[in-house]
Amino acid sequence: MTKALNTYRAGADERGHFGIFGGRYVAETLMPLILEVERAYADAKADPAFQAELDGYLKHYVGRPSPLYFAQHMTEHLGGARIYFKREDLNHTGAHKVNSCMGQILLARRMGKTRIIAETGAGQHGVATATVCALFGLTCVIYMGQVDIERQAPNVFRMKLLGAEVKPVTSGSATLKDAMNDAMRDWVANVDDTYYLIGTVAGPHPYPSMVRDFQCVIGEETRAQILEQEGRLPDSLVACIGGGSNAMGLFHPFLDEPDVRIVGVEAAGDGVETGRHAASMTGGRPGVLHGNRMYLLQTDDGQVVEAHSISAGLDYPGVGPEHCWLKDTGRVEYVPITDAEAVEAFQTVTRLEGIIPALESAHAVAQAIKLAPTLPRDHVMVVNMSGRGDKDVATVAKALGSDVGEAL
Amino acid sequence: MPKETTPESGRIQARFAALREQGRAGLVTYMMAGDPDTAAAQAVLEGLPAAGADIIELGMPFSDPMADGPTIQAAAQRALKQGQTLKGTLAMLARFREKDADTPVVLMGYYNPIHSHGVEQFAADAAAAGADGAIIVDLPPEEAPELTGPFAAHGLHLIMLTAPTTDEKRLPAVLDHAGGFLYYVSITGITGTRSADETQVAEAVARLRAKTDLPIAVGFGIRTPDQAAAIARAADAAVVGSALVERIATGDDPLGFVAALAEGVRGARP
Repeated sequence: MTKALNTYRAGADERGHFGIFGGRYVAETLMPLILEVERAYADAKADPAFQAELDGYLKHYVGRPSPLYFAQHMTEHLGGARIYFKREDLNHTGAHKVNSCMGQILLARRMGKTRIIAETGAGQHGVATATVCALFGLTCVIYMGQVDIERQAPNVFRMKLLGAEVKPVTSGSATLKDAMNDAMRDWVANVDDTYYLIGTVAGPHPYPSMVRDFQCVIGEETRAQILEQEGRLPDSLVACIGGGSNAMGLFHPFLDEPDVRIVGVEAAGDGVETGRHAASMTGGRPGVLHGNRMYLLQTDDGQVVEAHSISAGLDYPGVGPEHCWLKDTGRVEYVPITDAEAVEAFQTVTRLEGIIPALESAHAVAQAIKLAPTLPRDHVMVVNMSGRGDKDVATVAKALGSDVGEAL
Repeated sequence: MPKETTPESGRIQARFAALREQGRAGLVTYMMAGDPDTAAAQAVLEGLPAAGADIIELGMPFSDPMADGPTIQAAAQRALKQGQTLKGTLAMLARFREKDADTPVVLMGYYNPIHSHGVEQFAADAAAAGADGAIIVDLPPEEAPELTGPFAAHGLHLIMLTAPTTDEKRLPAVLDHAGGFLYYVSITGITGTRSADETQVAEAVARLRAKTDLPIAVGFGIRTPDQAAAIARAADAAVVGSALVERIATGDDPLGFVAALAEGVRGARP
């Protein structure tokens, strides 16, 4: 801990910086558009009618509030902390992504934009974006790496059913980071009618703050629910981090509660020491990509390195700037979990609780499995079940050495 | 307003002064360092002044070139694949300077390799290699203060981009950091994709001239000697990038193409 601040919830500053992180590192052509988004979001945020409209859709369309579930069998199995799951997997479209998509699509409509673009890795953000575009009848173009298109075929078809155009990205490593590059290239060429709906708490200011604000519904609900169920605040929070939006949504409302221990879980792939991982904060150093300064996996020459994780949603070489700042201030601990640990946790929670978690969320569960037995029985831990794992069953079968058809 | 420059960094001013005396616009050519390989790139670089390039933009390859179209993306990937580094690019420039002391060379690329090298160190090393300035595509005026101190200390110009989306309110912030010349991005889009309308470019240049004494170079989407000539009638310089990079990639007489572009630019004004 470097120093105790009065509040950890004040950032970003007016230039979009969280300490040395964040900012707006984009081509000049895009700067006026980004400033327009910033102004429009500030207006919307101050407008009670906007919040009321968003709350209505979150309740009646997304299905909020999501439950806070006491995982009795996991708790008994691990013999330590009392484990709760925040059930973002029960949202419409099956993950937390829709919280921010709903907020941003209402903003885009308010701005008069008629065409929505987005990047996707695993396809969850693409599906959530295509869903809200279908709901409001807006043109939707999703950029997705060719490699990801091949490993996430069901989500590609889902997006097409929802009316989106899925554009394969073949440049660079043909994965999420390249999809984000191509989305930015699209935006720079379609400056008048297009809104870029970024899927995580990264990118140029105001996106990291705006996406965080829309995801904070997770932590705010958790706070009220745990007070009702346990009569007090939790002792710890655990969530997985790719770009970091589900974790930021859970963590942020608790940052100024000094007695709440907060743990973010990065994807360590084959192990941080192997170099084949996606643990930007554990294994990277500060760099500039996609409009912001953040911890970044890169070579000595400053070239961005491809990330590796069994979870396509965590397979990104950077991480949101506010997480980077929270790491440097010491307020949040960030720890790595390997592919193997995540797959093990995936099976454990499926068997014990009847909940098939997304592989992303299985990273958080794996950390809970490590921590819970070391903690007293009155310790209350909330784990963000950020998404459901139906999309991942083929990947898990393959990791266990068989295909889906013969795995059982 | 133009920044003060040290004598070592005056090549850009000297070149534009000479162009004004000759009553013509300049040709700015872009090439990617290390593409398709070190030796071939060095040979093209060293041949550019004689072929008619008045100013050279030397691309520093980056893994994620967000403002570039397929041609320059592919060039960056070829260069990186064969081992090009920032240090290698500066070494290329230093070798060029052994033979050419006058042609302005501007490094062009993205911020992360510079950030990784260290901004202070980059400014010192680039100046020592003989660079006159840099264009950093993803460094808008909002973030430019990180570089202005070290660049000024080493006599390097920070060459700023303006775009069709840069409105009157925003332009002073861009000009506040601009040195050397002003680069007008003539289209909303990425490099090498579509071409600008000559009339719109002339209007834009006139609008910029009212606000700055810096020379104005226009780029993005200029592919032929005729297009270069058209831009040369309106601006102080025309920038050609992707079209030259394509010819370097295919080995299709790139220096002959530069000579044709130079002829177009030189004959543009009566």
